[in-house]
Amino acid sequence: MSETAPPPTATARIFKMPSLGADMESAAVLEWLVQPGDLVQRGDVIARVETEKSDIDVEIWEKGRVIAHLVEIGEDVPVGTPILQLGTSVESTDPISATPAVVAPSSSSTGTGPAPAQVRERVFIPEPVAEHDLPPTSEPARDLRASPLARSMASALDIDLATIAGSGPEGAIIARDLPFNSMEGTVEAPAKSQPVAIDRMREAIATRMARANHEIPHYHLERDVDLGTAMDWLERSNECVPPGERVLPAALFVKAVARSMAEHPNLNGFWVDDRFQAGDGVHVGMAISLRTGGLVIPTIVNADRRTISEVMSSLREMVAGSRSGSMRSSWMHEATVTVTNLGTNGADRVHGVIFPPQVALIGFGRIAARPWVAEEQVRPRPVVTISLAADHRATDGATGSRLLSTLAHSLEHPEEL
Amino acid sequence: MTAPELAAETTYRDALREAIREAMIEDERVFIMGEDVAEYGGTYAVTKGLYKEFGRDRVRNTPLSEAGFVGAGIGAALGGMLPIVEIMTVNFSLLALDQIVNTAATLRHMSGGQFHIPVVIRMTTGAGRQLAAQHSHSLECWFAHVPGLRVVAPATVTDARWMLKAAMADPDPVIVFEHNGLYNSSGPVLPGPVDLTTAEIRRPGTDLTIVASAGMVSKSLEAAEQLGDRNVSAEVIDLRSLRPLDRATLAKSVEHTSRAVVVDEGWRSVGLSAEIAAGITEDCFYRLDAPVCRVASREVPIPYPRHLEDAAIPQVHDIVAGAMTVMTGSLADV
Repeated sequence: MSETAPPPTATARIFKMPSLGADMESAAVLEWLVQPGDLVQRGDVIARVETEKSDIDVEIWEKGRVIAHLVEIGEDVPVGTPILQLGTSVESTDPISATPAVVAPSSSSTGTGPAPAQVRERVFIPEPVAEHDLPPTSEPARDLRASPLARSMASALDIDLATIAGSGPEGAIIARDLPFNSMEGTVEAPAKSQPVAIDRMREAIATRMARANHEIPHYHLERDVDLGTAMDWLERSNECVPPGERVLPAALFVKAVARSMAEHPNLNGFWVDDRFQAGDGVHVGMAISLRTGGLVIPTIVNADRRTISEVMSSLREMVAGSRSGSMRSSWMHEATVTVTNLGTNGADRVHGVIFPPQVALIGFGRIAARPWVAEEQVRPRPVVTISLAADHRATDGATGSRLLSTLAHSLEHPEEL
Repeated sequence: MTAPELAAETTYRDALREAIREAMIEDERVFIMGEDVAEYGGTYAVTKGLYKEFGRDRVRNTPLSEAGFVGAGIGAALGGMLPIVEIMTVNFSLLALDQIVNTAATLRHMSGGQFHIPVVIRMTTGAGRQLAAQHSHSLECWFAHVPGLRVVAPATVTDARWMLKAAMADPDPVIVFEHNGLYNSSGPVLPGPVDLTTAEIRRPGTDLTIVASAGMVSKSLEAAEQLGDRNVSAEVIDLRSLRPLDRATLAKSVEHTSRAVVVDEGWRSVGLSAEIAAGITEDCFYRLDAPVCRVASREVPIPYPRHLEDAAIPQVHDIVAGAMTVMTGSLADV
C-alpha cells in the first residue's frame, strides 16, 4: 500500500503498469498475487488487473524481492504508473517488508503465488526480451571507458577489457588497443556489430520460433478434405445475408478446430515443466499476417462454444484491428491451440511451427479444385489440405491422426457445427 | 548524349542551363520564372540566353515577391505545367516557406495522391562571396526537415546536369540547392543519369569517413589529400540528396572505417550534421571507435569581412583538425 512504501533506495527499482494492448490506457489492480517480502522471478504473475476490455494477469520481467505495493486495489491508474517497488538484492529482506502491517488487508490469501499455467507470455506483447537475454555485464567493464567497437571486439574475442590499457582520449580503450592484429580476419564482424534493425515483433517471433524448433520435437500429419458440402452449405446460408456479415471458410475452419479440440483435449493445452497441462477451455489463436510484415495471434476465447457467425465476426474484427494496429486486450488471452490459414491464394499445405508452450498448430492450405474419388468416380471438388503440427512430448501420431479425422468429419458435415 | 558533349569541359552554371534547355525543348509545358531570369539571364547567369531562345512566355521575370511567384509556380504545376522557379538565395526563400511547406509539400498527401506538384525550385545557398548575412546562409536543413519535399544539392558539374534533369522528371516538388561557390567550377559532364537519392563516394578510404555536401565536398576532398600526408586514409562521401538521406551508403562506409566526420556549412546546432551524426550512431553504434565529429559553421550570422567569413564557415584545416581528433583523440598535432 502506498502509505507503507519505504522511500526508494539506491537499489530499489520500480515496476510500472505495463501496456497490455495498443488501446490500453489504464488499469486497476484487482488482486495482488505477490506480497512484500516475496521473491519474484521473471515471468511470475504479480497481479491481476482490470482493463477496459478484460482482466489480465500481469507478469513481471525482472527478479527481485517485493518491497511494497504502490497502488491501492481498485485504483484505476494510467499505463506507466509505478505499481510495485522491488529490491535488487535477493538475499536481504527489508525489515519493513516483513512486518504484517505492510500486507494489504484486502488482498486475497489465495494469491500467494502464481499458478504455473499463468506464468506464460501471450501474444506479442512488447517486452524487453533483449535486455534479459543478454549476458550480464560485469560492473568493472561498465565503468571502463571503451569505444563501442572495442567492446564488441573484446566480447567477440572473449577479452576482459579491464586487462587492456587504453590509448584513446582520457585513456579510453579503442579498437587498436586490442590484440586483434594477430587474429585479423577472425574478428572481421563481431556478431553484435551488425546493423540490426529488426523490430520488436520480428524479434519476438524469432525468439519464439527458434525456441519452438529447438525444444519441440514436432510431428506433422496431413489430411485432404472434400469441402464440397461445406462450400455449398456456406453459399446457402450466406444467400440472405448482407455482404459484410457473410461467413467465410476461415470461420468454419476455426469452429471445426475448436469443436475437435474439445473432443481431443490432449492436444489442447500447454507443455510446461516437462508435462502436459490441459487448457481451461478451447481458446483458438488465429495467426494474422500484417501487411507491414510479421504476424500477430489474437485469441478467440472459448471458440468451441461460439456460433459460426460469432466466430466470423470475431475474425473480422481481429483482422481489421490487427492490421490497423489496434489490438484489443481481450484478444490477448493465452491461446490453447493456434490455427494458421493461408487463404485462397496461399500455399497448398502448411508444415507449421508450434507456438510454444502450446502443443499443436493446425494449418489450412488453400482451397483448390482437385480431382476427388468418391463413389468410384473422379470428380473435381474443392479440396483443402489440413495439417497438424504437434508436440511429440505431449501426444503421439495416433492421437493427432484421430484429431484430423474428427476435423475432417466436422468439415464434411458443416450443419453439425 | 552525343560524343562531342561527353568530351566537353563545361561549368556548373552551363550544365544547369543545359539541363533546363533540354527540358524546355523536350516538353513545352516547361517554363522558368524568377527575379531577372529573362533579359538579364538570372543573378548567377544560369538562364542567360534562354529568353532569346524561348521567348517571354517561357522565361518569365517576376516581381520581388517570393511568396507570390513561388505560389504561382506551385499553382502552375497543379494546373498541369512543369515550372522551374528560381529563387535568388535561400535567405529569400523564407518569404516563400508558407507556399513550399504548407502547399507544395502537403497537397499530394492531403489529396490522397490525387494531385502532384511537379515544381522544381532552384535556389542559391552558401557563403564565401562576401555577400553578408542576408545572402550567405545555408538553410538546407529547414527544407530537409519537411516530408513531401525532395531536397538535393549537386556538388559536381555532372550532378548539376543530370540531377536537375531528374528533378524535372520527378512528379513531386524538388528543391535544388546550388552553392554559389560552384557556379564557376568546371569539369567534364560524365554520362547520366544521376538519381535523386543516392550518395556517392568521391574518394575511397579506410580510416575514416568524411560526409559532406555541396560546397563542402571539394574542401573535404582537399582535406582528405592532406590527411593522406599524415597516413590517414579518408573516404569522402558526397550526400547529393539531403532528403532523403542515403543512410545505407553512410552506414556501409562507417561499418568499415569505424569513424566519421560530418562537414556541414549550416550551423552546428539542430542542423543537418546532427541528423547525419545521429543516423550514423543509430546504424553503426557497435562499429564506432570514436564519437562522430561535426565540423560546422560557427553560431553567428555569416559576417561580411573576408577574414571573419572564412573563420565562420568550415575550412580545409577545420576538417583536417576534426579528422585528427577522431583519429587520435586530441588536437595536439594538427
